[in-house]
Amino acid sequence: MSAPTIIMITGALVGASCGLVGAFLVLRRLALMGDAISHSVLLGIVLVFAIFGTRAPLPMTIGAGAIGLLTVALVAWIQRTGLVKEDAAIGLVFPFLFALGVFMISRFPTTVHIDVDAVLFGEIAYVPLYRLELFGRDLGVQAFWTLGTMFVINLAFVGLLYKELKLSTFDAGFAAAVGMSPVLLHYLLMSAVSATTVVAFDAVGAVLVVAMLIVPAATAQLLTRNMPVFLGLSMALGASSAVIGYYLARAIDGSVAGAMATVLGLMFLTAFLLSPTQGLVALVSRRKRQRQDFLRELLVAHVAAKPDGVPVTSLHEDFGWARATTARAIREARDQQRLRLDDAGVLTAPDPA
Amino acid sequence: MTPLAQLSLDITWDATLRNVILGSMILGLTSGVLGTFAVLRRQSLIGDALAHAALPGICIMFMITGTRSSELLLLGGALSGLVGTLVLLAVTRWSFVKQETALGLVLSVFFGFGILLLTRIQHSGNSAQSGLDRFIFGQAATILPRDVAVMGIVAAVAIGVVILLFKELKVVTFDPAFAASIGMRPDLLGVVLAGLLVLAVMIGLQTVGVILMVSLLIAPAVAARQWTTSLAGMVILSGIFGMASGVAGSVISSLVDRLPTGPMIVIAASIIVIFSLLLAPQRGVLATYRVRRSRARRFRAELALTDHHGVSRT
Repeated sequence: MSAPTIIMITGALVGASCGLVGAFLVLRRLALMGDAISHSVLLGIVLVFAIFGTRAPLPMTIGAGAIGLLTVALVAWIQRTGLVKEDAAIGLVFPFLFALGVFMISRFPTTVHIDVDAVLFGEIAYVPLYRLELFGRDLGVQAFWTLGTMFVINLAFVGLLYKELKLSTFDAGFAAAVGMSPVLLHYLLMSAVSATTVVAFDAVGAVLVVAMLIVPAATAQLLTRNMPVFLGLSMALGASSAVIGYYLARAIDGSVAGAMATVLGLMFLTAFLLSPTQGLVALVSRRKRQRQDFLRELLVAHVAAKPDGVPVTSLHEDFGWARATTARAIREARDQQRLRLDDAGVLTAPDPA
Repeated sequence: MTPLAQLSLDITWDATLRNVILGSMILGLTSGVLGTFAVLRRQSLIGDALAHAALPGICIMFMITGTRSSELLLLGGALSGLVGTLVLLAVTRWSFVKQETALGLVLSVFFGFGILLLTRIQHSGNSAQSGLDRFIFGQAATILPRDVAVMGIVAAVAIGVVILLFKELKVVTFDPAFAASIGMRPDLLGVVLAGLLVLAVMIGLQTVGVILMVSLLIAPAVAARQWTTSLAGMVILSGIFGMASGVAGSVISSLVDRLPTGPMIVIAASIIVIFSLLLAPQRGVLATYRVRRSRARRFRAELALTDHHGVSRT
């Protein structure tokens, strides 16, 4: 398999995994918790490496994932003291843990064996070099195994607990009333986010994971209101950003992870402007349409109230509308056969009967 | 010579160290003062989006002008930070994407775009680029006397505005509806505060960097809140805490080799927060715990007394 293909598949697995768990973060209004987790997981990665001297995926995911959960618990605890509001609590915890991580990296680079660039945008270009070997046999690219496993776990998590996740997301009170445990589900979801972030770290670094978590879901949200479609779309957008991002990065000779985030941003912008139902263009034209409909109805009602009809020339003055607006309203009402214009230039409303 | 004496000697004679200390004092003061309002108005994380969004502007400014001067680069950063804030406002207003999602979105996409441009510049092998990445984690040692002067002017403007509009900002922060009813413009003052936040971020990028800037807006203010109940007191204390963390972090980072400044300042600020949250005399976690325990003890004692006197306990 060629290096570009490996890089694109790796990125696509990151995008799909993050897109899936990120969808629930966005729906549950926990986007910033995803931000916080992805930053603080760095400290976990550094600590696991410094203490156990390994970068093997399993201890890394469990150890660093635990720091992600610790972040969630810490934010919750600070909020519970009532001393600090939620936004500030998040903004206190993750910079501190992230700063500790960066401090350890720059202070003990040889023991930690990660450089600061990798923190920022990962090392996806080196992914093809790391291969999984078991009992002396080459089993292929290691990232495929780790990211693939993570993707399957995430799929299984969402698939098995779909009903519970959906219910607790949209109506936590009801979910609790029918005997589910929203708190347990919350921490399960956060575990999935933490583990996914750790696994994605090598490919895209600690900071850009946030884009993979949030942006596909935010974009998909603008395109559909159907939950399964939304989840599928979020994964598909995440995955396709890797392929487009790879070519963008190659075209301008920059970081693949940065290009993926850029592509995701462009996807969101496109949906924000052009989504058929929620897009800005649709919104503006719908408002314009509604305004015009309202003017026409007003006009018809006005004319219908006058049995002798209304001279068409004075109409725009009666209402204080622009001529063009008035003309369009008259034309629409006539097209709908609801007003009649006689040769003398008088508008009348035909009897409803 | 003791390390402390050595340090004071260095400050007197070492121009770099003097710049570092002055620069980080100015930064800590400004972000502490402005962070107070951001935290009280629950807008602290907007500073985070703003700071991240500055990165592409810095890179674009460099690509256009090829300049090494920090003022120009920071101007580019301020412009794209403003664009980021506008995008944030537009997305929350014109779509049903929620504010926290929009924040994360702006922050990560702008930063990602900045990284794309930064890596492109680095790969192009332009020798003048060396050091653009100082804006990511901050590198206090690169602060020049010129930069300190610019920082001082910007900070003076920002703090001057806060002093002049103190009464207005106070009312708007605590009761925007009342402010509007007596003829103040809460929306306009909101824009003024956002503009001041941009200034604080500009001062901070060279010292703390885009990723951790938000901490200097939040941490000193949260710590200050623990020790005082007056807004003026909080603003002053927050400025002092900001200065203290700025000086502590940047001095440590310039004394030790290869230590980026931003993380050290953030660690210093976080330590102040931890102490304040736990130990503040009235609001601290320990104080609350002690009050609660002594209340419980007194209650038990009174229960025992009433039992002893045979008074019915219904």
